[in-house]
Amino acid sequence: MKNPYIPKKYEIIDIQHQTKIDYTYRLAYDITPQNGQFVEVSIPKIGEAPISISDFGPGYIDMTIRRVGKVTDYLHNLRVGDSMFLRGPYGNGFSLDQYKGKHLIITAGGTGLAPVKSIINHFHRNPQEIEKLDLLIGFKSSKDILFAEEIEAWKKNEKFNVILTIDREEEGWSGNVGLVTQYVPALHIPDTDNLEIIIVGPPMMMKFTGLEYLKRNIREDQIWVSFERKMSCGIGKCGHCKIDEIYVCLEGPVFNYAKAKQLMD
Amino acid sequence: MALQLSYEAFNKVLQELKNEYKIYAPIRLQGTGRFSDTDVVRYGEINRIEEMVIDEKAHFSPKEILFPITQTLFYYTSEEYQEPKEEDKKIIIFLRPCDIHGVMRLDQVFLKNGSLQDVYYERLREKVKFFMIECTEGFDNCFCVSMGTNQTESYSAAIRFGEELIIDFKDEELSPAFEGFGKTVDFSPEFIQKNKVEVRLPDTENIDNSLFEQDMWKEYSQRCIACGRCNFVCMTCSCWTMQDIAYEDNPNNGERRRVWAGCHVDGFTDMAGGHGFRKNYGDRMRYKTMHKIYDFKKRNGYHMCVGCGRCDDACPEYISFSNCINKVTQIVGEEQ
Repeated sequence: MKNPYIPKKYEIIDIQHQTKIDYTYRLAYDITPQNGQFVEVSIPKIGEAPISISDFGPGYIDMTIRRVGKVTDYLHNLRVGDSMFLRGPYGNGFSLDQYKGKHLIITAGGTGLAPVKSIINHFHRNPQEIEKLDLLIGFKSSKDILFAEEIEAWKKNEKFNVILTIDREEEGWSGNVGLVTQYVPALHIPDTDNLEIIIVGPPMMMKFTGLEYLKRNIREDQIWVSFERKMSCGIGKCGHCKIDEIYVCLEGPVFNYAKAKQLMD
Repeated sequence: MALQLSYEAFNKVLQELKNEYKIYAPIRLQGTGRFSDTDVVRYGEINRIEEMVIDEKAHFSPKEILFPITQTLFYYTSEEYQEPKEEDKKIIIFLRPCDIHGVMRLDQVFLKNGSLQDVYYERLREKVKFFMIECTEGFDNCFCVSMGTNQTESYSAAIRFGEELIIDFKDEELSPAFEGFGKTVDFSPEFIQKNKVEVRLPDTENIDNSLFEQDMWKEYSQRCIACGRCNFVCMTCSCWTMQDIAYEDNPNNGERRRVWAGCHVDGFTDMAGGHGFRKNYGDRMRYKTMHKIYDFKKRNGYHMCVGCGRCDDACPEYISFSNCINKVTQIVGEEQ
C-alpha cells in the first residue's frame, strides 16, 4: 500500500526576499504542476502547511511563503542548500487553455498574486497566446508589494495593462491608491464575450471584486477564483476544507464563480 | 450456520480467537465519568464476554478502533521518516447495526473520497470482523430506523444475548474456534423496527443557501458551547488535524500524529495569519447538520448520520440533533 502522507525531500536552490515577511523559495523539483496547484510543505517535528506554487519551470518550483505561523517561522530560517519536505502537488489548478486567445483580466490581492503568478509569466513569455491581459494588483502598503521586479517587467509587455495599487496614501508613493474593486469600472473591455477573469485574494476581496465584474455584464461562468482554507491532508480525508459537498483540496482550490458563490462556509 | 452455546463455552471460543484477534467490545470504565461516581462505557479489549456492557449504549462509538483519537503516522529520527510497525493481530469488534453502517461512512471518507486511500485506516480496516450485537429495543435518543441503519447483513457473526448466546455466523474463518461448542439451531437476528425517537428527513432537493440563513440556527448560537462532544462521540465524524511533536527528552526525535478534530470546536477552520470561518456557534451547528443529512448525501448518495443518538446523549446543553433534523424538515419539506 502506497502511503500518500510520506513527503519527499527537495533542495532549496534559491531564496528571494520579497518583503520583510515574504520570501520566495526555489526548490529543485521533478514534477510539473498545474498553475494554481499547491503542495503540503513539511518540516519534521514542526508540522505541515499547504502552500501554493507561485511559479515553475523545468526542474524547479517556486513558493512565496509569508512568515505567519509555526511552519513558516521555521522555513524562514532555512538557507540555500537546505531542504524542505513536500508532498503533492494537490488540487485542480487553473486551466490555461481556458484563457488562450482571449482577453484575460487577473485581479490579485496581496499574497493572492502568488498562485496566479505562473499564469502571468506564462503569457508574459508567450504573448501571442493571449489577446490582452489586464493585471489589477492590490497590496496593503508599498512595503507589502511582492514580485516588484516582475511587475516592472510585466508593465513593459505590450499585451499587458498593469494597474498596481496600495490601500492607502503614503508619503513617497505616486502610484495608484485604493482597493482593487474601485479600478474595475474603468477597465477597458471591448468584448465581454471573449473574456475570462481570475480573482485571487482574501475572501472579502474576492466577493466584492466579483460583484464589481458582474455589474459590468460579465457572466458568472467567465470568472474564476481560488480559495484558501485550513487543510491537514490535501487529499480529502481530514475534513477541514469541506464546504457544502465539495473539498477545496480535491475539487478546488480553483472554482468557477458560479459554483464558488454557492459555497457558504 | 447458527449455534447456541453457554457464556462459559463462548468464553472458551474467545480465548481461542484471542490467539489471532484483538477483541473489542463496549466495556465499563468505573468512576471515569463526568461527575463523581459515574462510569463511562466505551470500547476496549475484553477477555470474557461478561465484561461487555450489553444493557447500555456505548457512550463513545467503536470508531476509535479504526480511527484512533491519536495516531502516530511517522516517527522522526533526525530527518528520516519512519512508519510505525503494523500490528499483526486481526480485530473483532462487537457492535450494533447502526455502528456497522457507521463504519461504511468511515470507509467512504478514508478509502473512497478523492483518488488516494488513507493507508493507516486501510491497514486497520482490512483486519476487522464485525460481531453484530442483536439490537431490538434500542436506547434513549436512538433514531436508526428513521435513518435506515437499523438493519444490516454486513457481519461475520450476529449474536443474541439471552440466558445463553445464539450466534449466526457467516464467516468460515471463524468455524475452527467454535468447533466442539454448542448445538446447532435455527436463528437469524432480528432488528429494531421502531425507536422511541423518530425523525422526518428533509427533502434534500429543496435545500439551498436560504436554509443556511434561517432563524432556526440562531437558537444554537445561544445554546452551543462549542465543546465538540457531539463530534467526538459521533460514529461518523471523521475529521482530524495533523500534529507534530518533538520529544522533550530528545528534541531531535519526535513524531507526526493525527488527532481527532471537530467542526464545533474553536480553531477548526483557523489558518495561519488569522483568517477563520464560522466564528458563530450556530453556524457550526448548521455546518455539522448539513453534512450529516444533506451534503454528504449530495456527494455520496446516502446520509452520513446513522441515528445512534450519541450526540444527544453527550451534549451538556441538551441540544437534540434529532429535533434539529425535524426543524430542517419542517422548513424544507419531507423526503418522499
